[in-house]
Amino acid sequence: MSAVDAWLDLAAVGVLGVGVAALWRREVSALVGLLRLQGLALAAVAGLTALAQRDGVLGATALVVLVVKVLIVPSLLHRSLGHGEAQRESEPLVNVPSSLVVAGVLVGLAILSGTALGQLSARASVSLAPLGLATVLVGYFLLVTRRRAVSQIVGLLIVDNGVALTAFLLTAGVPLIIELGGSLDVMLVVVVAYAVLARLRHVVGDVELDRLRELRD
Amino acid sequence: MGALIVLVPLLGAGLAAVLPLRRLGVLSVLSGLIVLLAGVWSAASVEHGRVLYGAHGLVRLDALSAVMVLLIGALASLAGAATARTVALDASEPEARRRGRLYVVLVQLFLAAMLGAVLAANLGVLWVMIEATTIATTFLVGHQRSAGAVEAAWKYVVLCGVGIALAFLGLVLIYFASAHTPAGAHAASLDWSSLRALAPHLDPRVTRLGVALVVLGFGTKVGLAPLHAWLPDAHSQAPAPVSALMSGVLLSVALYAILRVRVIADLALGVGFVRALLVVLGLSSLAVAAALLIAQRDLKRLLAYSSVEHMGLAALGVAAGTPLGLAAVLLHVLGHGLAKSALFLGAGQLHHDEGTTRLDELGGVLRRRPGLGGAMTAGFAALLGLPPFSLFVSELAMARAEVAAGLTWALGLALVLISVAFVAIARHARGLLFGGDGPSQPTPPGVLAPLVIALVGSLGLGVLAWPLSTLLHAASGVLA
Repeated sequence: MSAVDAWLDLAAVGVLGVGVAALWRREVSALVGLLRLQGLALAAVAGLTALAQRDGVLGATALVVLVVKVLIVPSLLHRSLGHGEAQRESEPLVNVPSSLVVAGVLVGLAILSGTALGQLSARASVSLAPLGLATVLVGYFLLVTRRRAVSQIVGLLIVDNGVALTAFLLTAGVPLIIELGGSLDVMLVVVVAYAVLARLRHVVGDVELDRLRELRD
Repeated sequence: MGALIVLVPLLGAGLAAVLPLRRLGVLSVLSGLIVLLAGVWSAASVEHGRVLYGAHGLVRLDALSAVMVLLIGALASLAGAATARTVALDASEPEARRRGRLYVVLVQLFLAAMLGAVLAANLGVLWVMIEATTIATTFLVGHQRSAGAVEAAWKYVVLCGVGIALAFLGLVLIYFASAHTPAGAHAASLDWSSLRALAPHLDPRVTRLGVALVVLGFGTKVGLAPLHAWLPDAHSQAPAPVSALMSGVLLSVALYAILRVRVIADLALGVGFVRALLVVLGLSSLAVAAALLIAQRDLKRLLAYSSVEHMGLAALGVAAGTPLGLAAVLLHVLGHGLAKSALFLGAGQLHHDEGTTRLDELGGVLRRRPGLGGAMTAGFAALLGLPPFSLFVSELAMARAEVAAGLTWALGLALVLISVAFVAIARHARGLLFGGDGPSQPTPPGVLAPLVIALVGSLGLGVLAWPLSTLLHAASGVLA
C-alpha cells in the first residue's frame, strides 16, 4: 500500500467519522464546525484520488469542493446562527446514546449492501465506497431526528457529502459536466434553504420546527 | 431544433426581467403557446419513431419527449393565462411590482428546467434539470410569504433535496456498473441510449442498488407515498397556477425520469424488480390518498391528495409495463394534467373571490357563481374518471394492462382504494358545488377561458384519442 492510499483511507474514514460525531453533538454551532471538517476530508479524498490517477480535472474538482464546502457553505450557515436564539437542540427526537447505536447499525447495513461494489473492481478506493453509503445513511438519520432548521440543513449537507464521497471513490468522479452541475445545484439548494430559513425566522421567530403546525391534515 | 425549445422560456425569463410589468401576462401566455406549437412540431416529426439529436448529442427528442413537451406547453399556456389574476401586474408600490416580476421570471425558469429534463439525452443532465426545478419552485411555493407558505417551502426544499441526492447516488452506482462491463471503462456513460445498449451486461447487484435509489429519489419528486409529505403542503400554499404546473407537469416529469430508468433496469434485472418497487409505492400512495381525502378540509389539499392518488395509479400502470399500459400511462398523465390544472385554477379564482379555500366556508358555488361552478363541476367529473373524459379511457386501459401483466391482485386492491377516494372526492365536491343560496355573480370570461379550454382538451382526448394515438404508441415503443 502506497502512502497516498493510506492517506486516502484516512480521509475517507474521516468523512464518515465526522458524520457520526455530528450525531453526538447537540450544539448547532458545533455541527457547523464539523461540517467544515467533513468538507476538508472530502476535498482531501478528491485531491488524493487526483494525485494517484494524475487527473487534472479531478484536481480542479477538489479545489471547487474545498472552496464550496469548507469556506462558503459553513460560513453562510454560521452567519445564520447568532441573533441570541438558543443554539442547542433542546431535545432531539432520539437521544445521543441511542443515535450512536443506530449509527452503528446503519454503518453495518451500508457495508453489507456495498459488498457487491468491491467484487466488481479490485481498485483499493472501491472497497472504501461503503463508507460513502454509510455517511449518506447517517446524514439522513440526523436530518429526520433533529428539530432545528440549521441542524436539518447540516443533515442534508452530510447526505450530499456522502454521495460525493461515493462518487469520488467509485468512479473518480462522474463526467465533469454532471459533477459541476451537481455541486452547483447543491450549493444553490443550500442558498435557497438559507433564504427560506431567514424568511421563516422573520415570520415565526425562533426556528424550532416542531412549532410549525400551520399545515396539518 | 430540440435545444431551441428550451430556449423559449429562457428567453421568456430574460424578457420578463426587462419588459414593462403589464406586458408580462401576455408574455407568459405567448411563451406557453410557442412551447405548445414546438410540441406539435416535435410530435409530427417523431411520431413514426424517428429520434432527433441536437447540441452535440446532449439533446434527444423522441416520441416520449414530444408527449412531455406537449404537456408542458399546454399547461404553461393555461397557467400563463392566469398570471394577471395571481400577481398584481398593475401594482404601483415597488415591492409588489418586484414580486410580480420575480414570479413571472421564476415560472419561466421552472418551465425551462422541465423542458431541459424531458429533452436531455443524458441521465445526469436529466438529474441536474430536475434539481433545478426544485430551486425555482421553492421560491414560488413561498411566494405568498405567509407562515404557512414559508413552512411549505422549507419542507419542500429539504425533502426534495434529500430525495434528489439519493437519486444522484443511484446514478453514480449505475455509472460505476457501466464502467465495469465487457466493453470496458471507456464505455462508461450516463447517456441513455448508450446505457440501454450496455444494460444487459450491467452487474445486477450494483444495478439493483442504484435503480432502487433512483426510483426512491425521483419517487420523492413524483409524490409517491411514503415520500409524499411535501406535496400537499407545497400544492396548497403555492399560487394557483404554480400548483397547476407542479401537479400537472412537475410530478409527471419526475415520473418520466423513472420511465427512462426503468428501461435500463428491466434490461439488466428483468421486469420483476422495478415492478415490485412501483407496485408497493403505487398502492401505498393510493392508500394514503384515500385515507386523507375522507376528512379533508381544504380544497387545494383535496386536489393535492388527488394528485398523490393519480400518481399512484400511474405508477401501477408503469409497473404493468405492457406497451398498452405505457401508452395509457402517458394518456393518463396528459388527462390528469388538464383536469387538475382546471381545478387548481378554479380553486385559485375561488380564493381570489372569497378569500378562502376551506371547504366548510365555501359552498353552493354552482348557484352563486354559475360560470365558475359549472366549469369546476365538469372538472371534478373529469378528475373522477367519468366518461367521456380521458381519465376514464386511460384508467380502463391501465387496468387491462395490469391484468395482462399478472397484477390482478394489485388491481383488486387498487380498485377498493380508488372507490374510497372516489366517494370522498365526490362527497366534498357535492358540498362545495351544490346547495347554498345567495345572489348569482358572473365570472369574467377571461377567467373561465383557460378552465374551459383545459376541460375541452380532456374531453377531446377521451372522445377522439386518434390525434395522439400514433404518438402515444410510438412513445411506448421508445420504452420497449
